[in-house]
Amino acid sequence: MAGTLLATALMAAVPAGAAEQPVVRIGSKSFTESYILAELVAQIVEQAGEARVDRKFGLGGTGIVYNALAGGELDVYPEYTGTVARMILKDPGVTTLDVMRTRVAERGLVVSAPLGFDNAYALAVSRATAERLGLRTLSDLRGHRELTALFDPGFLDRDDGWPGLRRHYGLDFRDVRIMEHALAYRALASGKVDVITVFTTDGELAREAVTVLADDRKFFPDYAAVLLARRAFVEQQPRAWAAVERRLAGRLDNATMARLNAEVDLDHQSAAAVAKSFLGTGRREAGSERRAALLRELPALTLQHLVLVGVSMAVAVALGVPLGILAARRRRLGQVELMGVGVLQTIPALALLSFMIPLFGIGRVPALVALSLYALLPIVRNTYAGLVSLDPQLVDIAAVIGLDGAKRLGWVELPLASVTILAGIKTAAVLTVGTATLAAFIGGGGYGTLIVTGLALNDAATILAGAIPSALMALAVHGLFEALDRLAVPRGLRIRASPR
Amino acid sequence: MIVLRDVSKRFGIYQALDGVSLTVAPHTTHVLLGGSGSGKSTVLRLVLGLVPADTGEVAVDGVPVGPATRRDIQRRIGYVVQEGALYPHLTTAGNVGLPARARGWSAAAIEARVNELARIVDFRRPLLERYPAELSGGQRQRVGLMRALVLDPPVLLLDEPLGALDPITRTELQGELVQMFRELRKTVVLVTHDVREAFVLGTNITLLDAGRVVQHGTFDDLARRPATPLVTEFLRAQTPPSAMAEYF
Repeated sequence: MAGTLLATALMAAVPAGAAEQPVVRIGSKSFTESYILAELVAQIVEQAGEARVDRKFGLGGTGIVYNALAGGELDVYPEYTGTVARMILKDPGVTTLDVMRTRVAERGLVVSAPLGFDNAYALAVSRATAERLGLRTLSDLRGHRELTALFDPGFLDRDDGWPGLRRHYGLDFRDVRIMEHALAYRALASGKVDVITVFTTDGELAREAVTVLADDRKFFPDYAAVLLARRAFVEQQPRAWAAVERRLAGRLDNATMARLNAEVDLDHQSAAAVAKSFLGTGRREAGSERRAALLRELPALTLQHLVLVGVSMAVAVALGVPLGILAARRRRLGQVELMGVGVLQTIPALALLSFMIPLFGIGRVPALVALSLYALLPIVRNTYAGLVSLDPQLVDIAAVIGLDGAKRLGWVELPLASVTILAGIKTAAVLTVGTATLAAFIGGGGYGTLIVTGLALNDAATILAGAIPSALMALAVHGLFEALDRLAVPRGLRIRASPR
Repeated sequence: MIVLRDVSKRFGIYQALDGVSLTVAPHTTHVLLGGSGSGKSTVLRLVLGLVPADTGEVAVDGVPVGPATRRDIQRRIGYVVQEGALYPHLTTAGNVGLPARARGWSAAAIEARVNELARIVDFRRPLLERYPAELSGGQRQRVGLMRALVLDPPVLLLDEPLGALDPITRTELQGELVQMFRELRKTVVLVTHDVREAFVLGTNITLLDAGRVVQHGTFDDLARRPATPLVTEFLRAQTPPSAMAEYF
């Protein structure tokens, strides 16, 4: 209820987009391949000229991006058949595209023709090892107990990972270790390990002397790339959808996708430039162009970030200070209230953001609601603490001299507690500058857009392009509040007591 | 007239007052004398209605103190506590004028009254714009007194008003208070642990110990006709040792 009111207030604060031309909202998850595919779709839709494109890239995971699509906040995003079956339909038995299409149709969704590649787990060895031992398939690994394997953390525990694979093929290795996927190729190249887990479209596969062993006895489930779209979009923009299917379906085999991933991950091209060059409408871009593009984005992202912080802080103060006052007035209710606000704070920020999606969709509004809620605790707690720790003599005097209700609060209690209350607001504001970077995971914009993109593309420069301005903004906010202290804290409270 | 009839008050396991009866006659200065924990401050808080009595009755000018009458009674009382209990965010003038502002006086009327009081308590006008942190202890105490007097209440309750001051300032202010109370014809209840203060200021004195009345009377009564040995013990404890007598 309070949340709905809050959201309504926030919607009023967010300017509505001009809506003469229909808009196609395209989503992606936060990893390289998803960015590239979404960018390809976006550029094709733009070329088709039927609609404008709204890119909501880098959304944080299947749960967030799928719910956004199902909730009508997105029109299309790239997905994998295995993920559709296991995580969306929650039925691993759905293995054919026809069954999958029937099942998602019940939800008003459409599955495109497969794009051509399959991004699944696989095992790989160095080309030298493959040649030395004559390895081409997973069956060939049987009996090679002298080998050492290095697996993804997730792979070791999942039933569709190592335990199942080992049983299926009867494999055994001398040693099995765990390491982050990003480091596996380096370990393989160093010769310290013999077998690693890979994803079949990893950019490194296009570049390095690595042999992917064929899944000859069909253990790994299909993770064929498709586009998941809303039927309403397909019906309303038929030309755009037809263009997307015509230009992408069956056009991207594993080698091609791995090459595109390599261009982004290893050559640090932007997903947009790679998509352009694949569609034959652009060329390879230089690193300097890329950086210049980032700099051009900064003012807009700064503004978005400021709006996220400013609006959510305004709402948090408008709610938090009265809630703190209420808690101080009604102690028992106050305990319940402080507990509630405290629990809110224990929810990880990313989880809180994703809880907002079923209620408010994706974009700026749910981000603002989540950030406002997240900023409440320091404000409520400090307002409460400031008011209950007032000198009891000063409170008694206020009663005796006839100050009550609003006068006592406004003339005496709030000014006396102002240092503590402002400290709470300052803490909340500085925290919110940081937390607001997470808004990008649900399409909320701001500096987080660069951080999420940079993380996905494994590009430190892009991460820093978001992280450094965000840190600077936190410092600026801190400085602003130092100045505000002088304005908002009564002068008499800033004077050190004279020695007696 | 302030009357307490067989009043008891307990805070948790601590018995602050135990069957206290007391009458303060109009236009007199009544001193509540006692050590710390004797319950003397609690008497003032009961009269102000800041805490309710567990048993017994407290009345001001015949009106029993209770939730319904508290506001009217507080209106007729000026309250001064140790170190003045001034609001640090308000200037001297702001502190003194606050009770008048709370009751909707005009700014001009408040200013006139503040200036008048500054004259009465001998407070230098330029100090009116200073904040409490910029004042000395004695000055702060004067401000607290001015604030209690601003609405010209017939009753003044003072809780260790001079407790935090150095001996010289303390003696100086004690003299001023005697004169002021007499001139303004206030009914005053003053709480102190200082025997000399009780001697200088009190028309009547009530000695309290552990929440009970030990003796009522004038200083002369207490000194010459002590009700129990405790009275003599209390008075003697603060008299200079005989070895120092030749210096005074």
